[in-house]
Amino acid sequence: MSALVGVKRVIDYAQRIRVRADKKGVETANVKMSMNPFDEIAVEEALRLKEKGHVKEVVAFTMGPTQSSQILLTALAMGADRGIHVVTDFEIESIHVAKALKKVVELEKPGVVILGKQAIDGDANQTGQYLAGLLNCSIATNASVVEKDGDSYKVTREIDGGLQTLKISSPAVITADLRLNEPRFATLPNIMKAKKKPVDKKTPEELGLTLKAHVETLKVEEPPTRQAGKKLESVDELVENLKKLGMI
Amino acid sequence: MFLKNGVKSLSSVSSTFKLNGKGVNRSYFEPSFQRNPKFSKINSKDVNHFKEILGKSGVLTLEEDPDGVASYNTDWMKKYKGNGTLVLRPKTTEQVSQILKYANERKLAVVPQGGNTGLVGGSVPVFDEIVISTQLMNQIEDLDDVSGIVTCQSGVVLANLESYLHSKGFTVPLDLGAKGSCQIGGNVATNAGGVRLLRYGSLHGSVLGVEAVLADGTIVDCATKLRKDNTGYDIKQLFIGSEGTLGIITKVVILTPPRPESVNVAFFALDSFEDVKKLFVRTKKELGEILSAFEFVDRGSIDIVVKHSKTGARDPFEDKHPFYVLIETSGSNKQHDEEKLNHFLEQLLSEEDGLVKDGTVAQQTQQIQSLWALRESVPEALQREGAVYKYDISIPLSNFYQIVELMRERIGSKGTVIGYGHIGDSNLHLNITTPSFDQSAYDLIEPFVYEFTSKHRGSISAEHGIGVMKPKVLHYSKSEPAVDVMRRIKESLDPNGILNPYKVLPGK
Repeated sequence: MSALVGVKRVIDYAQRIRVRADKKGVETANVKMSMNPFDEIAVEEALRLKEKGHVKEVVAFTMGPTQSSQILLTALAMGADRGIHVVTDFEIESIHVAKALKKVVELEKPGVVILGKQAIDGDANQTGQYLAGLLNCSIATNASVVEKDGDSYKVTREIDGGLQTLKISSPAVITADLRLNEPRFATLPNIMKAKKKPVDKKTPEELGLTLKAHVETLKVEEPPTRQAGKKLESVDELVENLKKLGMI
Repeated sequence: MFLKNGVKSLSSVSSTFKLNGKGVNRSYFEPSFQRNPKFSKINSKDVNHFKEILGKSGVLTLEEDPDGVASYNTDWMKKYKGNGTLVLRPKTTEQVSQILKYANERKLAVVPQGGNTGLVGGSVPVFDEIVISTQLMNQIEDLDDVSGIVTCQSGVVLANLESYLHSKGFTVPLDLGAKGSCQIGGNVATNAGGVRLLRYGSLHGSVLGVEAVLADGTIVDCATKLRKDNTGYDIKQLFIGSEGTLGIITKVVILTPPRPESVNVAFFALDSFEDVKKLFVRTKKELGEILSAFEFVDRGSIDIVVKHSKTGARDPFEDKHPFYVLIETSGSNKQHDEEKLNHFLEQLLSEEDGLVKDGTVAQQTQQIQSLWALRESVPEALQREGAVYKYDISIPLSNFYQIVELMRERIGSKGTVIGYGHIGDSNLHLNITTPSFDQSAYDLIEPFVYEFTSKHRGSISAEHGIGVMKPKVLHYSKSEPAVDVMRRIKESLDPNGILNPYKVLPGK
């Protein structure tokens, strides 16, 4: 029984984001790209399940252009056993990823699918939910604790009111939240071995998918620049300024 | 008290510490000398005069802001605390000149202060000296984007200078753990070293110009933007590393290198110091021009960081090892650097019973920061551990870790001894902690550490400077004639001795 983990190539979280000149997106040329941080946590959780003997192998999945293979390499360097890369230059949305994942699940039949709760570029927080809907299987999102309980999973979720613990049956989709774990450093031997691990490349057509855009980006803008504040010497001056601005 | 011929009695070397009452593990340095009576005491006329020069917001007095003034009087380690009652915060070189002219005439002692992150008590008053803070002199004035030469006021925070330069495609040729608070003027005044000295050299090389104000208010403008300028004595070199005793630095001109496009960090575990040295030789040879940092931390350092970390720092590997090395590469071509690094790593890993027992390479920026944190958070973690006795020495690599082992034997169960630092520059940060200040432990450390250093022709202060902590032990690394030349320069540039008195130079 395997664990399938989804990883996405996104702009490194520490990079400064610049809007493209055509205002249709953000600048990605010559910008450092990394694995989505929540996906890193997902990979770590899958590896821990393997170490505890609950799954036999960890399969890393990504969907994106050729460069996305770098991100698969990172997952393999952390300890994943093999990778699946659905190669496409299409501007994919969560629903496309979910449909591709569904096809892979039908082929691989994993016991559990672990995804990051959302990607730091789109912040959609939808892929896991779409996938569970398409598969008609159980799902627990925003997981902060995952435990195997016989054939089921006991998952603690971080929700608005606090913590909720669910018992869900396998096969299940789990999406990882920040406090689920601290991802390991990839050790040198694994980094070296990563290049030799098998990666299966597929096109969307081979999976029987036709990709169609559901969303059109009209415009991307930077948030308004912060105006410099003004330091005032006394309360009287403050009142005077507030009056001038018509605020009191 | 201060003996000339290198013959010293223990009492002249040790300092006494007084428990400050607030928590047993903190004690403040008590000077073994008196306040020099030649300095005047501040009166209300002086305060009003400064208020006229700087405006109300440029002057902090003890009556009006006791907590504020107290913070300027205490150093980062909470080891040195002065009793100053006045803090001045000029915004321009002209204001600094006016302040000093007046102070010199009145014979009022002053302490120039930047980010107050110094580690030898050089940035705070010993008695009632006036603090002159450069924190409001924070303008970056000019960047020539062809040459990379940047001009800025001395109060620019290092991290801010780095952000600015980074956005323009350059980088500061200097980096240290205190970057969020330290100011470039202070860095220059202390000739700060840091983690990139290995790659970019010292500030004596990368600083092209300095504008400073002398004790009598004279503005000495050597803030030229020239790479080559052999016109007489190179005065700016005097100010670099003078720790505020020859003039107050008001402006700095630095040659900045292009920002590296590709940065990689690798972290290794090794089982012996001999292996660390061998790794250093191989790294220099195989990574060559892309090597930008080679730092080490010992097991004890990692233990302390992990114990006190507020950011979840943890052991990088499953097994514990006695030594760890952090290697950073910086270059202009990602592919080239990665190939070089991977080749180097493959070699290391393919060896039977190799030098490196475990290792990792950062896969993303977050990991680069986590790995650096394992090295850079040691000083902060030490502060939380207890009383800290901090030593910064240059020592030949052949005896480098020996002093750590010797001190561990001497200290025994009284405390913990750790070593870490810029091994690439032969600079060891030896740190000892005890739960609270322990005179018997202290007596086992000094003068032993200094004597060991002197015996191996090392430096008793590789990069931290002398401050108020080390004037008495300066003779371990500098001959009397050399110190005498320093005194003559000091006397001619600051005859009243108002600039940072009691610091750097030992009394005659």
